[in-house]
Amino acid sequence: MRNDSTTILITVVARDLLRTARSQTEAIYPLVFFALCVLMFPFAIGPDAGFLERIAPGILWVSALLAAALSLENLFRGDYLEGTLELMVVSDAPLVLIGLGKSFAHWLLSGLPVVMMSVPLGLALAIDLDTLLTLVSSLLLGTLTMSLVGAAISALTVGLRGGGMLLALLILPLYIPILIFGAAAAGNAARGLPADAELYFLAGLMILAVTLAPWATAAAIRIRMS
Amino acid sequence: MNASIFQPLHKYASLMHFHRLSKAASPWVAWCSAALFVPGLIGGLWLAPADYQQGDSFRIIYVHVPSAWMSLFIYMTMAGAGAVALIWKIKLSEIVMRASASLGASFTFLALVTGSIWGKPMWGAWWVWDARLTSELILLFLYLGFMALQNAIEDRRVAARAGAVLVLIGAVNIPIIHYSVEWWNTLHQGPTVSKLGAPSIDIAMLIPLLLMVGAFMTYYAAILLIRVRAEILSYDRNTAWVRELVMAGPNGR
Repeated sequence: MRNDSTTILITVVARDLLRTARSQTEAIYPLVFFALCVLMFPFAIGPDAGFLERIAPGILWVSALLAAALSLENLFRGDYLEGTLELMVVSDAPLVLIGLGKSFAHWLLSGLPVVMMSVPLGLALAIDLDTLLTLVSSLLLGTLTMSLVGAAISALTVGLRGGGMLLALLILPLYIPILIFGAAAAGNAARGLPADAELYFLAGLMILAVTLAPWATAAAIRIRMS
Repeated sequence: MNASIFQPLHKYASLMHFHRLSKAASPWVAWCSAALFVPGLIGGLWLAPADYQQGDSFRIIYVHVPSAWMSLFIYMTMAGAGAVALIWKIKLSEIVMRASASLGASFTFLALVTGSIWGKPMWGAWWVWDARLTSELILLFLYLGFMALQNAIEDRRVAARAGAVLVLIGAVNIPIIHYSVEWWNTLHQGPTVSKLGAPSIDIAMLIPLLLMVGAFMTYYAAILLIRVRAEILSYDRNTAWVRELVMAGPNGR
């Protein structure tokens, strides 16, 4: 079997996709959580459409952030419990590529559905179409960054007591810049201002995360499996 | 003279050596800190003139500014020690990193509290969502996260190396957090000491401030030495040299 980078990446991603596809219900957890989280805000704040529209980008961004933070707990847990993670460390495939593949799989399984779900939810919160387009692009860039950075923290905390809470505690401060730029992009668009600068910043953060985060993930896996 | 006896000796030599060295250095560093605190406090609280706008309440900077600097300095020290620990696997730097965390968190907390006390009469609010305040608060959460991770992992060497990865991720993020938050909102006054050219702070106010910074630095070093010694003893508790030290009693050696 060929052992080049692309094959390794595809194998890792396909494995996670297949595994989630077989446990059907698990696949929709992030999606349902995201929708429920957004649903809480009108109840807490009141159904006034004008006010909801004003804070809708913030609501959607915070909910997407929480969905990403919560779903990260399961990213490495299965591999850790069944011993696959150990095999990944001893295999001759570079751990950096495995980390990148796992992050990408996480994004496909929780980031992308959340981004798609944000369209109907945004409409429900009375966001207009132009703003929605900016919001979706900002979420696309942001969720990818969150999956990449999150994978490193997820690998650090896999199998620890207090896992989910600890993971959220470690990851949320690191997500603040993404949240600032993402919500600012959507907020600017809602006020009719250009949002290019914020989107470029998000793209920059994403590229930085693609470059650095897989190394941190690989180091984290190696440390936890030592 | 056979190698198997000297192998473990060599392995623990650096910790043992550092323990002895730090025990000798500790009182000097502590006295240094006291010698800086006394003129710094007298200069800051009595000799320095009152501010033309803020009156005497500006004097809180003699605690606030050094603790804010220390909060960042200690995080950077931890990141440096963490990098050394990951690359060369040196136990001592792992210990320094772990022992620094709660000190850094305390300084961050102190900076936030003194800032809040100062902010009430000056800005009219205990807390405002300003960039520098918020960055400092995020820094506190980074420290707390590090400490939580250390507590969650039983094996302290694994904990130290996992913490090193976390603290390095945090160190990459700190400038990003700082600038993104600054962009988001700012109200805090600009830096008056570190800006290029002549500082816009009067020399009579500056000297006590620098003395206090020196005092805080040496205080950190003094406490760090004690904490590192305690951690070294706990690391090496099963070795001959620690047993000898304990058997010798408090006045031995």
